[in-house]
Amino acid sequence: MARKLIVIGTSWGGLNALKTLFPHLPRGFSLPVAVAIHRLRESRGFLIDLLQKNSALPVMDAEDKMPIEAGHIYLAPADYHLLVEGEKFSLSVDRLVRMARPSVDVLFESCADVCGEGAIGVILTGGRDDGARGLARILTCGGTALVQNPETAENPSMPRSAIKATETKNIYDLPELGKRLCALDAANRNRLEREIIYDKTG
Amino acid sequence: MQQQETDELEIDLLCEGIYRRYGFDFREYSRSSLKRRVNNLLGLERLATVSELQSKVLHDTRFMERFLLNLSISVTSMFRNPEMYLAFREKVVPLLKTYPSLRIWHAGCATGEEVYSMAILLKEEGLEKKTRIYATDFNEDVLKKAKAGIYPMSQMKEYTSNYIRAGGKASFSEYYSARYDNVILDPKLRKNIVFSKHNLATDSSFNEFNVIFCRNVMIYFNETLQERVHKLFHDSMCRFGILVLGNKESTRFTPFEKEYQDIDSRLRIYQRRK
Ligand SMILES: C[S@@+](CC[C@H](N)C(=O)[O-])C[C@H]1O[C@@H](n2cnc3c(N)ncnc32)[C@H](O)[C@@H]1O
Repeated sequence: MARKLIVIGTSWGGLNALKTLFPHLPRGFSLPVAVAIHRLRESRGFLIDLLQKNSALPVMDAEDKMPIEAGHIYLAPADYHLLVEGEKFSLSVDRLVRMARPSVDVLFESCADVCGEGAIGVILTGGRDDGARGLARILTCGGTALVQNPETAENPSMPRSAIKATETKNIYDLPELGKRLCALDAANRNRLEREIIYDKTG
Repeated sequence: MQQQETDELEIDLLCEGIYRRYGFDFREYSRSSLKRRVNNLLGLERLATVSELQSKVLHDTRFMERFLLNLSISVTSMFRNPEMYLAFREKVVPLLKTYPSLRIWHAGCATGEEVYSMAILLKEEGLEKKTRIYATDFNEDVLKKAKAGIYPMSQMKEYTSNYIRAGGKASFSEYYSARYDNVILDPKLRKNIVFSKHNLATDSSFNEFNVIFCRNVMIYFNETLQERVHKLFHDSMCRFGILVLGNKESTRFTPFEKEYQDIDSRLRIYQRRK
């Protein structure tokens, strides 16, 4: 099972953080990325447009049962929870979870369940503690946890809560975070190539 | 066996049990959100495992009712996505005006807000007299609330703003009267609405419609069940009938994509081709 998926959770200051992070993910980046950012209920396409200007990868709102494709960046749509459903996304309008919809915890927990070791959770700037539980679950299921350095985050609260919940040492400023994600992507591609060669040689 | 696999197995067994015992079919619901709801319930009921939950569900019908209520979350609002209603007025109403009579189906109507929004729109467009609205849900509890048409006063500010952006032609307050912390919608709006129980997973077609609304219901279904429900809608739809889905749903990932053309693809308004 275990496909690989990067999930990113952020809130206050998230737009700037994503605008700084995305330019570090080059064309050809092969892991899919799903983002839960707390956003206005009726926000139209402007968030997508802004992020697309700062990214070499295609950025879009996730839709219900949309297949998860390599090298795409998907956003949880305004006013919906985003969940991972096998090789696809699914949406829900269930109640707010800790005052948020989309909720970072919902996305992370479903990613942990489905992707197991393949889950890579990233918590960026934001108020309160959404994502802390989700990131802990990703670790429990064998995945990877990364957190933005609270010292340089616009709002340190979400990163701090996530660090406290996971005791992770993987704490980085945004440019370093970009490099870490690229390294994980490269490792993944090497592994895939090895598997293909292995397949061919028997 | 991994913990996750055990969880999966327990949920499979729970769904199978409920289906065989009560006929409610959750076997083909989206797994990820079903799992969340089941886990929430474990917390609420202080149960340790899904198997314990299963035993209670099978032996205790009262518990089953609570369980069902918890599983069918019915978050909704009046004129949800106002832009869609505006587009409906501009692009669909002219077509509806050409028909001698109309049947509209709201499948998964929850507590009715969407249905009354439509009733208001039809009234303002002079279509209410020739229209019959069928509002269905599989949860009898929410249907009761839908029939009553009583909603919290605290919501009215949001609904009024939605109504205006949806192209409302009057003043929203004309459609309700206040009673303490609640409002009662004008009972006249209900005249052409039939509320009834219908389960999209197990029941069949019951009429032919000019318009079908099914918004934010199929997101809870997996692709197999979505396909089945799309077939049900296609079979229940007049030629050139209108299908309206939720804001982030589309016909695109279903085999029925080719059967419909876009009226407004961004706002998820589709028309049956023939
Ligand atoms: C989130 S509400 C959607 C309400 C409204 N259509 C809207 O978009 O605001 C989902 C509704 O679907 C209903 N539902 C779920 N499964 C169903 C089924 N198998 N048959 C009929 N209704 C179902 C639930 O009871 C709930 O009221």
